[in-house]
Order: sequence, then structure tokens, then C-alpha cells
Amino acid sequence: MGRLTLQDLDARQGVQIQTFDKPWIKVGMSTCGLAAGADAVFNALVETIQSHSLDWRVTRTGCAGMCSMEPLVEFRVPGESPVMYGEMTPELARELVTQYADKHSLPDDHRVPGLAELAQAAGDPPRTGPRQYRIVMRNCGVIDPENIDEYIDRGGYQALKKVLSSMTPEQVIEELKTSGLRGRGGAGFPVWSKWKMTRASIGDEHFIICNGDEGDPGAYMDRSVLEGDPHAVVEGMIIGGYVIGAQTGFFYIRAEYPLAIERIEKAIKQARAAGLLGSNILGANFSFNIEVRLGAGAFVCGEETALIASVEGKRGTPSPRPPYPSVRGLWKQPTMINNVETLANITQVLLHGGRWFAGIGSGKSTGTKVFAVTGKVKYSGLVEIPMGMTLREVVEEICGGTASGGPIKAVQTGGPSGGLIPADKLDTPITYEHLQQLGSIMGSGGMIVMDETDSVVELSRFYLGFCVDESCGKCAPCRIGGTQILRLLNNIADGKGKEEDLVTIRRMAHAMQKASLCGLGQTAPNPILSALRYYEHEFRERLVPAHK
Amino acid sequence: MNESATKDDVVLIAKRWKNKRGSLIMALHGLQNRFGYVPRDAAMELAEQMDVPLARIYEVITFYNYFKLKSPGKHVVSVCMGTACYLKGAPKLLKHASESLNISPGETSADGEFHLQMVRCVGCCGLAPVVTENETLLAKVTVDSLEAHLCKCKNKEKEKA
Repeated sequence: MGRLTLQDLDARQGVQIQTFDKPWIKVGMSTCGLAAGADAVFNALVETIQSHSLDWRVTRTGCAGMCSMEPLVEFRVPGESPVMYGEMTPELARELVTQYADKHSLPDDHRVPGLAELAQAAGDPPRTGPRQYRIVMRNCGVIDPENIDEYIDRGGYQALKKVLSSMTPEQVIEELKTSGLRGRGGAGFPVWSKWKMTRASIGDEHFIICNGDEGDPGAYMDRSVLEGDPHAVVEGMIIGGYVIGAQTGFFYIRAEYPLAIERIEKAIKQARAAGLLGSNILGANFSFNIEVRLGAGAFVCGEETALIASVEGKRGTPSPRPPYPSVRGLWKQPTMINNVETLANITQVLLHGGRWFAGIGSGKSTGTKVFAVTGKVKYSGLVEIPMGMTLREVVEEICGGTASGGPIKAVQTGGPSGGLIPADKLDTPITYEHLQQLGSIMGSGGMIVMDETDSVVELSRFYLGFCVDESCGKCAPCRIGGTQILRLLNNIADGKGKEEDLVTIRRMAHAMQKASLCGLGQTAPNPILSALRYYEHEFRERLVPAHK
Repeated sequence: MNESATKDDVVLIAKRWKNKRGSLIMALHGLQNRFGYVPRDAAMELAEQMDVPLARIYEVITFYNYFKLKSPGKHVVSVCMGTACYLKGAPKLLKHASESLNISPGETSADGEFHLQMVRCVGCCGLAPVVTENETLLAKVTVDSLEAHLCKCKNKEKEKA
């Protein structure tokens, strides 16, 4: 593809899907799908279609969210609603093709709810029924993530076009302010404010970084978005670069996500070939380039100052803030760090308007949030819901409750920085504020469901052990505090703890929260504190009985 | 390993990254992708080629879990210890793999065939528990399915021998 002009973008929008008049089969081929055997299913489909000399289309797509049902296959026939199949095998795939080719009918086995039944998508006319609302995941499971044409066909790069041809950076910031969009990495800082501050800072050059170092073990929303709709994140970053006056952007992605890295690299290459990156983008007086930097297995690098050190090629140790990165960040220049999910929201806010976005969600938590619902849940996977929905609706109604059918004990959000929410609080709406009141956090989107067989003491030990391993060792409260709390916790878990240990744990935990240098140490005690808040009896049961 | 081939590889990697800002970690990824770990002589060559002190290189390698200082063996078995996998029995799988391969987590077998390690979440929580063996990702793993896969690896090596 040569360099695109503004007119080319419009001409390429809404073309393929309208004109393809034969059956079209899409196979979910993100990491989850591939792990479940999507490759063999894809090959079986291609072979069968060839052997029957059919001119159907088979394409790869990203994660539709129903990870426990992978491999997922969607069968589209023009004029009919698409049919989704789960837990596909090569045999079933062959049968699917043969049956439709011979009899124009589709097998009933292995059918699962389709995307349209599950979710309302951004830009579609509103309808009642679906509980999910897909803004961030609107293209995941729909387009071929390695094909820029499919992205453009779905309105891709229209937001960039709108910004470059008709909006000033201030207008973009104003629109973001109207939208109420807050950072999706966990802290929930207003996005417009970060963009405005970085733009206002003075430096030789400005940088934008996409934080794709999804560190919470048990969360994978960002991986799925990077794998399923890489161009949306790239486009969000280009717009961010334009607004803050940056010429270079960096993707910082975990090395543990090889497919996400590959797809982002491909997307950057395609965007460059199309003139959407490089000099004078879409004919405007704006030049921007993107580079990729990989993490190397350090949880602390999700913290922004540590992340900056890592992008600079150094050990990922944090430094005190202020100065904030927006003033003095990468190579001491003003730097804006946005999470993957945050950037994936940008194009939709600008296309549909800040007011539209602010109309979704609840109170100060506008828009949607993607959660990775995992653990002892029946249907584990990704769900994107309008904020304000209750935890119960997500884990019981969308995800089917526990796999065993028994009661839910608790839901954990925010991973190693978050906390437990006991079953009797599941009617709490999901907003930044409500989760905080319960002693947990929104976090990046991990949601772990525990059933009655899971021990709160063991889970606390797991999270604290994780933070002790991942502490960079720079500041004493985190390095020593974590180790000492873990020592006491191990004693308790092994039946050797004493009453006063619980007091000491609480005291040290508070000291860590107050005195640690960065977010890792400040939040590492959250899981144990919230466990003690709601489940102190489980710890007490394991204490050495007091002498009478 | 052929010495001159090693050097050529390092020179190529260094050339690709040398003039890019903040690219030391990327160059080290290049080395580890090529050799499976970061060999001492390759690190020394990289220091020279990129004009970076060797101490800076080791400072970085030892900070990040991902970089290995020793050859990890032919089959790298990684048991995911993310929260979802943990709740769904990953500790049992790790214990089993450790007994079956007769090595502790973090160790390489004496014959260099197997390396066992824990990883912090490969992002496949919907299919927990998950184990990877080199590029192969095993989903919804049980002790039996893990043993079957390890046996397959062991037999493959025996056949070759």
C-alpha cells in the first residue's frame, strides 16, 4: 500500500464487509486460541475449502473474550446473523464446511453465543439485551489484526484524520475532559489532565510511551487488545503524540507476550508504509514515529519511573516523584505514559464525542472497563462492561458463577496491589470510588473469583511472596518490610504464629504503605490488609492456641 | 559453538542497536534469542561493539528475571504461577514436574535436556493452569497431561540418541 491521503481513507472505509458475498469464516487466533489448538482448526478449514473448490474466505482474528471456549470459530453468511462455535476441533471444522457446502445448513453442536448477543459495540445503534459494551474490544474477534485494510474498513484512522484535519491539540484535550476518561492502568488519573500537563511542559522534545507491561499475574486484557486490535492502540498513540507535541513514541511490552509484540511491530510497519507514521502524516504538518522496547520480566517496571529507566535500557528501579514524568521523564524530557486500554479508548472518544462517552458508565467512572475474569469461575475470559455494573452481574450473570456451582467466597481485584471483596459485598457497583471504599482498587482489570475451597491465608501469602520477589530493593520499607511480613505470614500459615504477629503485620503494613518509594511497595500490603479486614478469623484459626 | 560465528552474530546484533537510544535491553534480547541465554563471551563482545562497560551489561542482566546467564537446556519447561494458575493447581504441577524431571525449579538437568522454571503469568488465564515447553503452550493442564507431554519430550531425546 502506498501513502494514504485523506480521501483514500474514506474510500476504503466500509468496503470489504459490504461487498463480500460468500461465506466468511473467522478463527480466533490470539495466544489463548493458539494454545487451545486454533492453528489446526484454521488449517483444516483452509484444506477443506480448497478440496471442495469453494471461494469462501477464511481469516484470522483476535480474541473474542470467551477464552475458556477456545478455539472459537465464527461462520458468516451474507444476509444472516453470524454463528459462533466454541471448543472447535479440526474434525468439527471439516464437518462445518462440508455440511454448509452440501446442504446449506450449519451444525447445532458446539454453538456458543455470538458477539452480537454478548455485546453492544461502540458506534452501533443502541439496543437492549447485551450486557457487555465493547469500546476497547470493538474490533477484537472481528477484524484480522494483521490486516490494516480491515481496520480501516471498520473506521480505522478516521479519528486521526479528524484530529489532523479539523482539531487543535487544545480541542482534543477539551473533548477528553468532557468524556471523563480516566487512566485504565489502575490509578484512574484523568487522561485529559495528563495530556495537558505534558503538552505544557518545556523540553527539547516530548515523548509518549504506551505501557504494555501488564504485570498483574492473572490479567491479560492488554495482551488481547494488542493482539486483537493493534492499530487502535497505534492510532491512539499517534493522536497522543500530536497533542503533546511528540515526534517519537515507544511501546513498552512484556517479553512474555511474543505474539503481541509481533502484531504491534507489524501494525507499525503497515502504518509506516501507508504514510500514517513518518513525516507529514496524512499531508499534515506533523511527523511521528514509533519504536518498540521490550520488558524483561520485572513487575516493578509497570511503575512509571521504573518503566522509563527500563526504556532507557537500564535497571528498572523507580525514582522519587515529583518531578513527574510529564515534567521530566524519558531522557529527562516531558513524557506521557498511557496504558494500552487507555489509548484504545481515544479514537472512539474523538469519533463519537466526549459527551457520548460520558453517557456510558456511572458518576466519575465513565466509559467501560475490560476485566479478565478468571480463577474458579465457570466461563473465564474477558468481559468489557459499562462502569457502574455490579460485581455480581459480572461474575454471576455474565460469567456463570463458580465452575463447581457452589457459592462464591470472594472476588479479588487489582492483583498484587488490590484486595478482596467478600461475597456479601458483590452488589457493589464497579467504579473507582466504590472499589476503593471496600479496600480494593479497580486495578488494571484482573478479577479473580475464589470459591469456598480457596484459602485467604494462602492467597495472601501468594501475593506477598510475589511482591517480595519483585521488589527492586532500592528502598528499605519495601525491601525489609515485605520480607518481614512474609516471614510472619509464613509462620501463621504453618501454624506457628502468635496473636501479636497479627498486630505486627498490620503495623508494618501501614509503615510500608506510607514510606515506600513507589507504587509497588506502597500497595504490596493491600492484599494482606484486606484479607485481615474481612477474614481475620481464617488467620486466627491457624494461630498457636494461647496458654491459659 | 563456533567461535567466529558467535562473534559475527554479536556484531550483527550490536550493529542493529548501537545507534538507537536506550537499546541495551533490546540488544540483550537479541543475544538471548540467538543463544538461549547470554554467554559471557558474547556479553564481552557486545560491550566492546556497543561501547558499553561490561559492568553495565551485567547490572542489567542480573536485574531482569528474563535474562539467563547459563544455557537452559533443550526443553525449557515453564510452569505459570499467575494467580489464576495458582488457584487452579499450578503448585501441584510444579511439584510433579520437579519430581518427574528430578530437578528443582530454576535448575537444568545434568544432561542438559531439561530446564524447569516458574513464570509470572503468560497471559492465558482463561485456560489455567498453563505450562509451556519451549514454544508449545499447554492449556488446562493436569498432572497426567503434563506427565504425558514430558514423556513425549524424553522419548524424543531417546530416539535421537
